[in-house]
Amino acid sequence: MSDGMVILFAFVVLVGAVGGAAVMTWWERRLLGIWQDRYGPNRLGPFGILQVAADMLKLLTKDDWVPPFADKVIFIFAPTAIVMAMMLGFAVVPFGPGLQIIDMNIGLLFFLGMTSLAVYSVLLGALASNNKYALLGGLRSAAQMVSYEVFMGLSLMGVVMLSGSFNLRVIVEAQSDGWYCFSQFLGLFVFTVAGVAESHRLPFDLPEAEHELCAGFHTEYGGMKFGMFMLGEYLGLILISSMIVTLFFGGWLGPWLPPIVWFGLKTFIVICFFVLLRAAIPRPRYDQLMSMGWKVMLPLTLVNLVLTGAIALWLTNGGAA
Amino acid sequence: MLELILFYMASTIALVSTILALTRVNAAHALVYLILSLLAVAVVFYLIGAPFAAALEVVIYAGAIMVLFVFVIMMLNLGEKGDRREKQLLKPQIWITPVILAVLLLVELVLVLSQSAPAETQGLISSKEVGMALYGPYVLAVEIASMLLMAGLVGAYHLGRRYLEEGGGS
Repeated sequence: MSDGMVILFAFVVLVGAVGGAAVMTWWERRLLGIWQDRYGPNRLGPFGILQVAADMLKLLTKDDWVPPFADKVIFIFAPTAIVMAMMLGFAVVPFGPGLQIIDMNIGLLFFLGMTSLAVYSVLLGALASNNKYALLGGLRSAAQMVSYEVFMGLSLMGVVMLSGSFNLRVIVEAQSDGWYCFSQFLGLFVFTVAGVAESHRLPFDLPEAEHELCAGFHTEYGGMKFGMFMLGEYLGLILISSMIVTLFFGGWLGPWLPPIVWFGLKTFIVICFFVLLRAAIPRPRYDQLMSMGWKVMLPLTLVNLVLTGAIALWLTNGGAA
Repeated sequence: MLELILFYMASTIALVSTILALTRVNAAHALVYLILSLLAVAVVFYLIGAPFAAALEVVIYAGAIMVLFVFVIMMLNLGEKGDRREKQLLKPQIWITPVILAVLLLVELVLVLSQSAPAETQGLISSKEVGMALYGPYVLAVEIASMLLMAGLVGAYHLGRRYLEEGGGS
Protein backbone atom coordinates (compact mmCIF):
# COMPACT_ATOMS: atom_id res chain seq x y z
CA MET A 1 0.00 0.00 0.00
CA SER A 2 1.19 3.55 -0.68
CA ASP A 3 1.59 6.07 2.15
CA GLY A 4 -1.70 7.76 1.41
CA MET A 5 -3.54 4.45 1.32
CA VAL A 6 -2.03 3.45 4.68
CA ILE A 7 -3.22 6.66 6.31
CA LEU A 8 -6.68 6.18 4.80
CA PHE A 9 -6.75 2.57 5.97
CA ALA A 10 -5.61 3.56 9.47
CA PHE A 11 -8.46 6.07 9.56
CA VAL A 12 -10.93 3.40 8.45
CA VAL A 13 -9.65 1.02 11.15
CA LEU A 14 -9.95 3.69 13.86
CA VAL A 15 -13.48 4.63 12.85
CA GLY A 16 -14.40 0.97 12.54
CA ALA A 17 -12.96 0.11 15.96
CA VAL A 18 -14.69 3.00 17.74
CA GLY A 19 -17.93 2.32 15.90
CA GLY A 20 -17.64 -1.37 16.72
CA ALA A 21 -17.03 -0.58 20.38
CA ALA A 22 -20.09 1.70 20.43
CA VAL A 23 -22.32 -0.93 18.82
CA MET A 24 -20.87 -3.53 21.22
CA THR A 25 -22.38 -1.67 24.21
CA TRP A 26 -25.82 -2.28 22.73
CA TRP A 27 -25.13 -5.76 21.32
CA GLU A 28 -23.74 -6.98 24.64
CA ARG A 29 -26.80 -5.85 26.56
CA ARG A 30 -29.14 -7.34 23.98
CA LEU A 31 -27.32 -10.66 23.97
CA LEU A 32 -27.16 -10.79 27.77
CA GLY A 33 -30.85 -10.01 27.86
CA ILE A 34 -31.73 -12.80 25.46
CA TRP A 35 -29.60 -15.33 27.32
CA GLN A 36 -31.15 -14.31 30.61
CA ASP A 37 -34.68 -14.57 29.20
CA ARG A 38 -35.46 -10.84 29.05
CA TYR A 39 -35.44 -8.22 26.29
CA GLY A 40 -32.56 -5.84 26.96
CA PRO A 41 -32.66 -2.39 25.32
CA ASN A 42 -35.15 -2.89 22.45
CA ARG A 43 -37.18 0.33 22.32
CA LEU A 44 -35.22 2.86 20.27
CA GLY A 45 -35.03 2.22 16.53
CA PRO A 46 -34.87 -1.22 14.87
CA PHE A 47 -34.01 -3.83 17.54
CA GLY A 48 -33.11 -0.94 19.84
CA ILE A 49 -29.88 -0.11 18.06
CA LEU A 50 -30.42 3.64 18.45
CA GLN A 51 -29.87 3.08 22.16
CA VAL A 52 -26.19 3.57 21.29
CA ALA A 53 -26.88 7.10 20.08
CA ALA A 54 -29.00 7.85 23.13
CA ASP A 55 -26.27 6.66 25.49
CA MET A 56 -23.66 8.70 23.66
CA LEU A 57 -25.79 11.84 23.78
CA LYS A 58 -26.27 11.33 27.48
CA LEU A 59 -22.57 10.88 28.18
CA LEU A 60 -21.58 13.85 26.01
CA THR A 61 -24.07 16.26 27.53
CA LYS A 62 -23.29 15.39 31.13
CA ASP A 63 -21.47 17.91 33.31
CA ASP A 64 -17.74 17.40 32.87
CA TRP A 65 -16.73 17.50 36.48
CA VAL A 66 -13.40 16.98 38.24
CA PRO A 67 -13.62 16.38 41.99
CA PRO A 68 -11.79 19.14 43.93
CA PHE A 69 -9.73 16.60 45.91
CA ALA A 70 -8.48 14.81 42.79
CA ASP A 71 -5.09 15.23 41.15
CA LYS A 72 -6.43 17.20 38.20
CA VAL A 73 -3.89 16.59 35.40
CA ILE A 74 -3.54 12.85 35.99
CA PHE A 75 -7.27 12.51 36.56
CA ILE A 76 -7.97 13.89 33.08
CA PHE A 77 -5.08 12.07 31.41
CA ALA A 78 -5.91 8.60 32.79
CA PRO A 79 -9.00 7.75 30.68
CA THR A 80 -7.28 8.78 27.46
CA ALA A 81 -4.34 6.42 28.09
CA ILE A 82 -6.39 3.24 27.73
CA VAL A 83 -8.04 4.42 24.50
CA MET A 84 -4.70 5.48 23.01
CA ALA A 85 -2.97 2.22 23.94
CA MET A 86 -5.77 0.02 22.63
CA MET A 87 -6.06 1.95 19.37
CA LEU A 88 -2.31 1.70 18.82
CA GLY A 89 -2.70 -2.03 19.35
CA PHE A 90 -4.93 -2.19 16.27
CA ALA A 91 -2.01 -1.01 14.14
CA VAL A 92 -0.47 -4.48 13.94
CA VAL A 93 -3.65 -6.55 13.47
CA PRO A 94 -3.65 -8.23 10.03
CA PHE A 95 -7.22 -7.87 8.78
CA GLY A 96 -6.47 -9.58 5.49
CA PRO A 97 -3.57 -10.22 3.10
CA GLY A 98 -1.95 -6.80 2.78
CA LEU A 99 -4.64 -5.21 4.92
CA GLN A 100 -2.44 -4.21 7.85
CA ILE A 101 -1.41 -0.75 8.98
CA ILE A 102 2.16 -1.72 9.93
CA ASP A 103 3.69 -5.06 9.01
CA MET A 104 6.03 -5.13 11.99
CA ASN A 105 8.55 -7.87 12.66
CA ILE A 106 7.84 -7.57 16.37
CA GLY A 107 4.08 -7.22 15.90
CA LEU A 108 3.19 -9.66 18.66
CA LEU A 109 5.46 -7.93 21.17
CA PHE A 110 4.04 -4.58 20.13
CA PHE A 111 0.56 -5.86 20.91
CA LEU A 112 1.69 -7.16 24.32
CA GLY A 113 3.38 -3.84 25.06
CA MET A 114 0.29 -1.83 24.20
CA THR A 115 -2.03 -3.98 26.32
CA SER A 116 0.36 -3.70 29.24
CA LEU A 117 0.47 0.09 28.88
CA ALA A 118 -3.32 0.18 29.02
CA VAL A 119 -3.07 -0.83 32.70
CA TYR A 120 -1.82 2.64 33.58
CA SER A 121 -5.16 4.09 32.73
CA VAL A 122 -6.79 2.14 35.56
CA LEU A 123 -3.89 2.65 37.97
CA LEU A 124 -3.44 6.38 37.43
CA GLY A 125 -7.18 6.96 37.40
CA ALA A 126 -7.47 5.18 40.73
CA LEU A 127 -4.49 6.98 42.21
CA ALA A 128 -5.60 10.42 41.03
CA SER A 129 -9.18 9.97 42.29
CA ASN A 130 -8.06 10.15 45.92
CA ASN A 131 -10.90 7.89 46.94
CA LYS A 132 -10.61 4.71 48.96
CA TYR A 133 -12.81 2.58 46.71
CA ALA A 134 -10.90 3.73 43.68
CA LEU A 135 -7.63 2.98 45.44
CA LEU A 136 -8.74 -0.54 46.35
CA GLY A 137 -9.83 -1.12 42.77
CA GLY A 138 -6.50 0.16 41.52
CA LEU A 139 -4.56 -2.07 43.91
CA ARG A 140 -6.47 -5.12 42.74
CA SER A 141 -5.99 -4.12 39.16
CA ALA A 142 -2.23 -3.74 39.55
CA ALA A 143 -1.83 -7.16 41.15
CA GLN A 144 -4.19 -8.81 38.65
CA MET A 145 -2.53 -7.29 35.61
CA VAL A 146 1.01 -8.06 36.67
CA SER A 147 0.26 -11.69 37.41
CA TYR A 148 -1.92 -12.34 34.37
CA GLU A 149 0.46 -10.58 32.03
CA VAL A 150 3.19 -13.07 32.88
CA PHE A 151 1.43 -16.01 31.33
CA MET A 152 -0.41 -13.98 28.74
CA GLY A 153 2.98 -13.47 27.14
CA LEU A 154 4.22 -16.99 27.89
CA SER A 155 1.10 -18.66 26.48
CA LEU A 156 1.83 -17.08 23.10
CA MET A 157 5.37 -18.37 22.94
CA GLY A 158 4.10 -21.76 21.75
CA VAL A 159 2.58 -20.05 18.71
CA VAL A 160 5.84 -18.17 18.16
CA MET A 161 7.81 -21.43 18.34
CA LEU A 162 5.59 -23.17 15.80
CA SER A 163 5.47 -20.28 13.33
CA GLY A 164 9.03 -19.13 13.99
CA SER A 165 8.17 -15.44 14.01
CA PHE A 166 6.80 -12.52 16.03
CA ASN A 167 5.33 -11.16 12.82
CA LEU A 168 1.54 -11.52 12.90
CA ARG A 169 1.24 -11.82 9.12
CA VAL A 170 3.72 -14.71 9.10
CA ILE A 171 1.86 -16.34 12.00
CA VAL A 172 -1.40 -16.24 10.04
CA GLU A 173 0.26 -17.57 6.88
CA ALA A 174 1.86 -20.40 8.86
CA GLN A 175 -1.62 -21.56 9.85
CA SER A 176 -2.66 -22.41 6.28
CA ASP A 177 -1.91 -26.08 7.05
CA GLY A 178 -3.75 -26.22 10.37
CA TRP A 179 -4.99 -23.65 12.87
CA TYR A 180 -3.07 -23.37 16.12
CA CYS A 181 -6.24 -23.78 18.19
CA PHE A 182 -5.71 -27.56 17.88
CA SER A 183 -1.98 -27.87 18.48
CA GLN A 184 -1.93 -25.00 21.00
CA PHE A 185 -5.21 -25.61 22.82
CA LEU A 186 -3.53 -25.04 26.21
CA GLY A 187 -2.11 -21.78 24.93
CA LEU A 188 -5.53 -20.79 23.60
CA PHE A 189 -7.18 -21.54 26.94
CA VAL A 190 -4.64 -19.60 28.98
CA PHE A 191 -4.59 -16.68 26.54
CA THR A 192 -8.37 -16.43 26.59
CA VAL A 193 -8.49 -16.36 30.39
CA ALA A 194 -5.62 -13.87 30.55
CA GLY A 195 -7.31 -11.79 27.86
CA VAL A 196 -10.49 -11.51 29.92
CA ALA A 197 -8.41 -10.56 32.95
CA GLU A 198 -6.40 -8.06 30.94
CA SER A 199 -9.45 -6.25 29.63
CA HIS A 200 -10.90 -6.56 33.17
CA ARG A 201 -14.32 -7.73 32.07
CA LEU A 202 -16.68 -9.98 33.97
CA PRO A 203 -15.97 -12.53 35.45
CA PHE A 204 -12.60 -10.90 36.16
CA ASP A 205 -13.76 -7.33 36.72
CA LEU A 206 -12.56 -7.24 40.33
CA PRO A 207 -11.03 -3.75 39.93
CA GLU A 208 -14.54 -2.38 39.53
CA ALA A 209 -16.59 -5.03 41.37
CA GLU A 210 -19.66 -2.90 41.97
CA HIS A 211 -21.16 -4.88 44.82
CA GLU A 212 -18.14 -4.42 47.06
CA LEU A 213 -16.25 -1.40 45.72
CA CYS A 214 -18.94 1.04 44.45
CA ALA A 215 -17.46 1.13 40.97
CA GLY A 216 -13.81 0.57 41.79
CA PHE A 217 -11.32 2.66 39.90
CA HIS A 218 -13.88 4.79 38.08
CA THR A 219 -15.96 5.69 41.14
CA GLU A 220 -15.15 9.40 40.75
CA TYR A 221 -15.53 9.49 36.99
CA GLY A 222 -18.57 10.70 35.12
CA GLY A 223 -19.60 11.97 31.72
CA MET A 224 -17.30 11.48 28.78
CA LYS A 225 -14.30 10.64 30.99
CA PHE A 226 -16.21 7.60 32.21
CA GLY A 227 -17.22 7.01 28.59
CA MET A 228 -13.54 6.88 27.63
CA PHE A 229 -12.92 4.11 30.18
CA MET A 230 -15.83 2.17 28.73
CA LEU A 231 -14.68 2.83 25.16
CA GLY A 232 -11.22 1.58 26.11
CA GLU A 233 -12.67 -1.55 27.67
CA TYR A 234 -14.73 -2.41 24.58
CA LEU A 235 -11.81 -1.59 22.29
CA GLY A 236 -9.75 -3.96 24.41
CA LEU A 237 -12.40 -6.64 24.00
CA ILE A 238 -12.37 -6.27 20.22
CA LEU A 239 -8.56 -6.18 20.14
CA ILE A 240 -8.20 -9.31 22.28
CA SER A 241 -10.81 -11.12 20.16
CA SER A 242 -9.06 -10.21 16.93
CA MET A 243 -5.74 -11.35 18.42
CA ILE A 244 -7.26 -14.70 19.42
CA VAL A 245 -8.51 -15.09 15.85
CA THR A 246 -5.15 -14.06 14.40
CA LEU A 247 -3.05 -16.28 16.63
CA PHE A 248 -5.21 -19.38 17.03
CA PHE A 249 -8.02 -19.45 14.46
CA GLY A 250 -6.14 -18.76 11.26
CA GLY A 251 -6.83 -15.02 11.01
CA TRP A 252 -8.21 -14.20 7.57
CA LEU A 253 -7.80 -17.77 6.22
CA GLY A 254 -10.94 -19.53 5.05
CA PRO A 255 -12.56 -20.88 1.87
CA TRP A 256 -15.02 -19.14 -0.55
CA LEU A 257 -15.63 -15.85 1.28
CA PRO A 258 -13.17 -12.93 0.94
CA PRO A 259 -10.48 -12.87 3.70
CA ILE A 260 -11.69 -9.72 5.46
CA VAL A 261 -15.17 -11.25 5.82
CA TRP A 262 -13.68 -14.37 7.39
CA PHE A 263 -11.70 -12.24 9.80
CA GLY A 264 -14.73 -10.20 10.78
CA LEU A 265 -16.90 -13.28 11.18
CA LYS A 266 -14.43 -15.13 13.39
CA THR A 267 -13.81 -12.05 15.52
CA PHE A 268 -17.54 -11.56 15.94
CA ILE A 269 -17.97 -15.16 17.14
CA VAL A 270 -15.15 -14.77 19.67
CA ILE A 271 -16.68 -11.52 20.94
CA CYS A 272 -20.02 -13.29 21.42
CA PHE A 273 -18.18 -16.00 23.33
CA PHE A 274 -16.77 -13.35 25.67
CA VAL A 275 -20.28 -12.03 26.26
CA LEU A 276 -21.41 -15.59 26.99
CA LEU A 277 -18.62 -15.92 29.57
CA ARG A 278 -19.93 -12.79 31.21
CA ALA A 279 -23.45 -14.19 31.32
CA ALA A 280 -22.49 -17.67 32.50
CA ILE A 281 -19.70 -17.38 35.07
CA PRO A 282 -19.96 -15.62 38.44
CA ARG A 283 -17.15 -13.38 39.66
CA PRO A 284 -14.52 -15.21 41.75
CA ARG A 285 -13.18 -13.84 45.01
CA TYR A 286 -10.00 -11.81 44.74
CA ASP A 287 -7.73 -14.37 46.43
CA GLN A 288 -9.26 -17.13 44.29
CA LEU A 289 -8.40 -15.15 41.20
CA MET A 290 -4.81 -14.68 42.26
CA SER A 291 -4.22 -18.25 43.39
CA MET A 292 -5.80 -19.61 40.21
CA GLY A 293 -3.44 -17.42 38.23
CA TRP A 294 -0.27 -18.58 39.90
CA LYS A 295 -1.19 -22.16 40.79
CA VAL A 296 -3.16 -23.28 37.72
CA MET A 297 -2.48 -20.97 34.81
CA LEU A 298 1.27 -20.57 35.19
CA PRO A 299 2.03 -24.33 35.47
CA LEU A 300 -0.28 -25.02 32.51
CA THR A 301 1.57 -22.45 30.44
CA LEU A 302 4.96 -23.84 31.38
CA VAL A 303 3.85 -27.40 30.52
CA ASN A 304 2.58 -26.14 27.18
CA LEU A 305 5.85 -24.31 26.57
CA VAL A 306 8.04 -27.32 27.34
CA LEU A 307 5.87 -29.74 25.32
CA THR A 308 5.70 -27.43 22.32
CA GLY A 309 9.43 -26.85 22.47
CA ALA A 310 10.16 -30.57 22.65
CA ILE A 311 7.83 -31.42 19.76
CA ALA A 312 9.09 -28.55 17.62
CA LEU A 313 12.67 -29.67 18.21
CA TRP A 314 11.79 -33.29 17.43
CA LEU A 315 10.08 -32.28 14.18
CA THR A 316 12.93 -30.05 12.99
CA ASN A 317 15.46 -32.80 13.70
CA GLY A 318 13.65 -35.02 11.21
CA GLY A 319 11.45 -37.17 13.44
CA ALA A 320 13.00 -40.20 15.10
CA ALA A 321 16.59 -39.14 14.49
CA MET B 1 17.75 12.81 8.38
CA LEU B 2 14.27 12.16 9.72
CA GLU B 3 15.66 9.37 11.86
CA LEU B 4 18.27 11.72 13.30
CA ILE B 5 15.62 14.30 14.23
CA LEU B 6 13.46 11.59 15.83
CA PHE B 7 16.47 10.22 17.69
CA TYR B 8 17.38 13.58 19.21
CA MET B 9 13.75 14.29 20.03
CA ALA B 10 13.36 10.97 21.83
CA SER B 11 16.62 11.34 23.72
CA THR B 12 15.73 14.90 24.76
CA ILE B 13 12.38 13.65 26.05
CA ALA B 14 14.15 10.84 27.91
CA LEU B 15 16.60 13.25 29.55
CA VAL B 16 14.05 15.91 30.47
CA SER B 17 11.54 13.41 31.84
CA THR B 18 14.22 11.68 33.89
CA ILE B 19 15.27 14.97 35.45
CA LEU B 20 11.64 15.81 36.14
CA ALA B 21 11.11 12.34 37.65
CA LEU B 22 13.95 13.03 40.08
CA THR B 23 12.77 16.45 41.14
CA ARG B 24 9.01 15.92 41.57
CA VAL B 25 7.83 15.85 45.18
CA ASN B 26 4.66 13.95 44.38
CA ALA B 27 5.50 10.27 43.96
CA ALA B 28 2.74 9.64 41.41
CA HIS B 29 3.92 12.50 39.19
CA ALA B 30 7.51 11.28 39.43
CA LEU B 31 6.37 7.83 38.29
CA VAL B 32 4.52 9.19 35.29
CA TYR B 33 7.70 10.97 34.18
CA LEU B 34 9.74 7.83 34.76
CA ILE B 35 7.34 5.81 32.57
CA LEU B 36 7.60 8.51 29.90
CA SER B 37 11.38 8.32 30.11
CA LEU B 38 11.31 4.53 29.65
CA LEU B 39 9.04 4.85 26.64
CA ALA B 40 11.38 7.44 25.13
CA VAL B 41 14.32 5.08 25.66
CA ALA B 42 12.31 2.38 23.87
CA VAL B 43 11.92 4.72 20.90
CA VAL B 44 15.68 5.37 20.96
CA PHE B 45 16.33 1.61 20.92
CA TYR B 46 13.97 1.21 17.98
CA LEU B 47 15.65 3.99 16.04
CA ILE B 48 19.18 2.64 16.47
CA GLY B 49 18.04 -0.72 15.03
CA ALA B 50 17.14 -2.85 18.04
CA PRO B 51 13.36 -3.39 17.77
CA PHE B 52 13.44 -6.42 20.07
CA ALA B 53 15.11 -4.49 22.88
CA ALA B 54 12.59 -1.68 22.32
CA ALA B 55 9.64 -4.07 22.63
CA LEU B 56 11.07 -5.64 25.78
CA GLU B 57 11.67 -2.19 27.24
CA VAL B 58 7.97 -1.43 26.83
CA VAL B 59 6.65 -4.84 27.90
CA ILE B 60 8.93 -5.44 30.89
CA TYR B 61 10.08 -2.06 32.21
CA ALA B 62 7.14 0.16 31.37
CA GLY B 63 4.52 -2.58 31.46
CA ALA B 64 5.46 -4.71 34.45
CA ILE B 65 8.13 -3.24 36.70
CA MET B 66 6.63 0.24 36.80
CA VAL B 67 3.21 -1.26 37.53
CA LEU B 68 4.76 -2.77 40.66
CA PHE B 69 6.12 0.67 41.56
CA VAL B 70 2.63 2.14 41.23
CA PHE B 71 1.34 -0.76 43.32
CA VAL B 72 3.76 0.08 46.13
CA ILE B 73 2.87 3.78 45.98
CA MET B 74 -0.79 2.84 46.27
CA MET B 75 -0.09 0.51 49.20
CA LEU B 76 1.83 3.19 51.09
CA ASN B 77 -0.65 5.90 50.08
CA LEU B 78 1.50 8.71 51.48
CA GLY B 79 -0.49 11.66 50.15
CA GLU B 80 0.24 15.14 51.54
CA LYS B 81 2.52 13.87 54.31
CA GLY B 82 4.88 12.27 51.81
CA ASP B 83 4.95 15.42 49.67
CA ARG B 84 6.02 17.52 52.63
CA ARG B 85 8.78 15.12 53.59
CA GLU B 86 10.04 15.01 50.01
CA LYS B 87 10.14 18.81 49.92
CA GLN B 88 12.45 18.82 52.93
CA LEU B 89 14.69 16.25 51.29
CA LEU B 90 15.03 18.25 48.09
CA LYS B 91 16.89 21.26 49.57
CA PRO B 92 19.33 23.00 47.19
CA GLN B 93 22.47 22.28 49.25
CA ILE B 94 21.82 18.54 49.01
CA TRP B 95 22.38 18.77 45.27
CA ILE B 96 25.96 20.14 45.48
CA THR B 97 27.92 16.89 45.89
CA PRO B 98 25.93 14.81 43.37
CA VAL B 99 26.22 17.59 40.81
CA ILE B 100 30.03 17.76 41.19
CA LEU B 101 30.31 13.99 40.84
CA ALA B 102 27.98 13.93 37.86
CA VAL B 103 29.89 16.72 36.10
CA LEU B 104 33.15 14.79 36.60
CA LEU B 105 31.54 11.72 35.07
CA LEU B 106 30.21 13.77 32.17
CA VAL B 107 33.68 15.20 31.43
CA GLU B 108 35.11 11.69 31.52
CA LEU B 109 32.36 10.43 29.21
CA VAL B 110 32.90 13.21 26.68
CA LEU B 111 36.68 12.54 26.73
CA VAL B 112 36.21 8.82 26.14
CA LEU B 113 33.64 9.37 23.42
CA SER B 114 35.79 11.95 21.62
CA GLN B 115 38.71 9.53 21.45
CA SER B 116 36.85 6.52 20.06
CA ALA B 117 35.24 6.46 16.65
CA PRO B 118 31.43 6.65 16.66
CA ALA B 119 29.90 3.18 16.74
CA GLU B 120 28.10 2.24 13.54
CA THR B 121 24.73 0.54 13.89
CA GLN B 122 24.75 -2.66 11.88
CA GLY B 123 21.27 -2.54 10.46
CA LEU B 124 18.33 -4.15 12.23
CA ILE B 125 19.02 -6.69 14.95
CA SER B 126 16.24 -9.27 14.79
CA SER B 127 14.82 -11.12 17.77
CA LYS B 128 16.38 -14.31 16.43
CA GLU B 129 19.88 -12.83 16.64
CA VAL B 130 19.24 -11.67 20.21
CA GLY B 131 18.10 -15.16 21.19
CA MET B 132 21.07 -16.83 19.53
CA ALA B 133 23.48 -14.45 21.28
CA LEU B 134 21.80 -14.99 24.65
CA TYR B 135 21.88 -18.78 24.44
CA GLY B 136 25.19 -18.94 22.59
CA PRO B 137 28.13 -16.92 23.95
CA TYR B 138 26.17 -15.39 26.85
CA VAL B 139 24.46 -18.53 28.16
CA LEU B 140 26.39 -18.32 31.43
CA ALA B 141 25.08 -14.81 32.11
CA VAL B 142 21.51 -15.99 31.44
CA GLU B 143 21.94 -18.89 33.86
CA ILE B 144 23.41 -16.66 36.56
CA ALA B 145 20.55 -14.19 36.13
CA SER B 146 18.02 -16.99 36.48
CA MET B 147 19.77 -18.21 39.65
CA LEU B 148 19.63 -14.70 41.06
CA LEU B 149 15.91 -14.50 40.32
CA MET B 150 15.37 -17.89 41.93
CA ALA B 151 17.17 -16.72 45.06
CA GLY B 152 14.95 -13.64 45.15
CA LEU B 153 11.86 -15.82 44.77
CA VAL B 154 12.87 -18.14 47.58
CA GLY B 155 13.66 -15.15 49.81
CA ALA B 156 10.27 -13.58 49.15
CA TYR B 157 8.55 -16.90 49.82
CA HIS B 158 10.42 -17.26 53.11
CA LEU B 159 9.36 -13.78 54.27
CA GLY B 160 5.75 -14.49 53.35
CA ARG B 161 5.83 -17.83 55.13
CA ARG B 162 7.08 -16.33 58.38
CA TYR B 163 4.28 -13.78 58.22
CA LEU B 164 1.71 -16.57 57.87
CA GLU B 165 3.20 -18.63 60.70
CA GLU B 166 3.08 -15.67 63.06
CA GLY B 167 -0.66 -15.60 62.54
CA GLY B 168 -0.87 -12.77 60.00
CA GLY B 169 -3.33 -13.11 57.16
CA SER B 170 -5.95 -15.83 57.46
